[in-house]
Amino acid sequence: MNKVKTIIRKEWAEVFKNRMVLFTIIFLPLVFAILPLIMLGIGDTLGADDFTSEMPAQFTGMCSADLTGSECFQVYMVSQFMLLFMLTPLIIPINIAAYSIVGEKTTRSLEPLLATPITTSELLLGKNLAAVIPAVLATWIGFLIYAIGAGIIVSSPNVTRALLNPMWLLAVIVLGPLLAVMSVNFAIMVSSRVTDPRAAEQISAVIILPVLLVFVGQISGLFFINSTLILVFSLIIGIIDAVMIYLAVRTFQRETILTRWKS
Amino acid sequence: MITTENLTKEFDTTLAVDRLSLEVNEGEVFGFLGPNGAGKTTTVRMLTSLISPTNGTATVDGLKLGSQDKEIRQTVGILTEAPGLYENLSAEYNLQVYAHLYEVDDPDGQVEKYLRMLGLWDRRHDAAGTFSKGMKQKLALARALLHEPKILFLDEPTAALDPESARLVRDFISELREEGRTIFLCTHNLDEADRLCDRIGVFKSHLLVVDTPDRMRTQVFGRKVVIHLARADESLGDELTALPYIHEASLIDRKLVISIDDPEAHNPDIIRLLVGKGADIQFVGELRRSLEDVYLQLVQNS
Repeated sequence: MNKVKTIIRKEWAEVFKNRMVLFTIIFLPLVFAILPLIMLGIGDTLGADDFTSEMPAQFTGMCSADLTGSECFQVYMVSQFMLLFMLTPLIIPINIAAYSIVGEKTTRSLEPLLATPITTSELLLGKNLAAVIPAVLATWIGFLIYAIGAGIIVSSPNVTRALLNPMWLLAVIVLGPLLAVMSVNFAIMVSSRVTDPRAAEQISAVIILPVLLVFVGQISGLFFINSTLILVFSLIIGIIDAVMIYLAVRTFQRETILTRWKS
Repeated sequence: MITTENLTKEFDTTLAVDRLSLEVNEGEVFGFLGPNGAGKTTTVRMLTSLISPTNGTATVDGLKLGSQDKEIRQTVGILTEAPGLYENLSAEYNLQVYAHLYEVDDPDGQVEKYLRMLGLWDRRHDAAGTFSKGMKQKLALARALLHEPKILFLDEPTAALDPESARLVRDFISELREEGRTIFLCTHNLDEADRLCDRIGVFKSHLLVVDTPDRMRTQVFGRKVVIHLARADESLGDELTALPYIHEASLIDRKLVISIDDPEAHNPDIIRLLVGKGADIQFVGELRRSLEDVYLQLVQNS
């Protein structure tokens, strides 16, 4: 475990010196927390009665009885942005993992590292946690900022309760880390297979697409995220994570990486 | 200390290392010479358990390659061709990372010891990326030594270094040799190999020859004695050729070049004969061929 800790500390010491990564970790969750707050603020100031007719009937049905029409609309507007919190644990690890793994190769530091008695599992676990922990913390802190902000901005306690319902807590606390694990292992897998570091970064970004599709699906009214869907997603992503971890360890072949990767 | 038997490595259709059988003794500096692409780095990678052989066996400090890879990696130190440092991190932190990965008992103490030993202590807080090539190489060397490995693999330790930095690194390798460490040195610098190595292996996919630099010279070119004369005398060469222990004798300008197996035993007789024939001898010496000549002869004939 000491070696894993050493890798995590080393990764953080290195990665957080990269301004682009640091910017992503700080800026992204802030933006994703502030956007729904702005929507809440606007909704709370205007009073949204006039817009309730614009809401899809599906969503109106999901609003609890203790919400007025305008409160339901407020919840509806903000719910559109809640999926952004699911993008944070996907985007941040890609940045970190792409920098930490491909970076090892470009600086040719991977060979001396692999020459130490560290096992592949320890190395990958260290790199995994180094990317997952900041992503999860950034997501949680972003959500906390949003929750506190919502408590301050929204005048109706019913709306606050609806916004911080168990579904979104489940999404942020459970699904978020699972997405982060999926993202970082996908980045490790891609990095281990491709020969060009830039290609690794670009291909890794593909992992964001499924969540973007869900986001588009919800905005266009195709479906609405509910607790059941979040549970189903968590289960699917959990299974994908297990497969990804297995594949990441399998594809991280020391020999292939050393002899075929071109810096 | 290191034993290989028919160690072979194939990459797809390329045979990188072909049935390498070799023994490196404890405390020896073993030079591994060969042209680019000869398979030297592949051999080092196999012996440090970074890649596995396609065929053959090897033991490193009694540990079996393939089944005790983790132990081998704990036992050996490696200086890779490129320093491979974490350029954004300080020199001290670079070493601390490795001290922990090697589970060194006193990480801070070892880091300080080698930073001081290699003259980098005053720059310990500076990012490795700000170092000169020589300093980076020294830092990488310190990293390879943190866990006090019994066996050290050095892959082109002075490549791309200016003469002063190269000298510093060479001097340090000499110190390590005096400490009794076994050193496996891959180099293109034949003068360096000549000065540092107890034995040399010339390698081009397969091992061409292994011996001490001096015996290698003798094997390839034989031994030659040069006698500087005050005046040229053609007849002296003929007189010497008649002697049974002289293979060849020729006069070039005023120098007699004599090919002989055992100059220590026969030089006194030769000198007596020449003086008796009225030759005025100015100097007597051995014609020492450079290791480069030996190496080129071996590689070109392979």
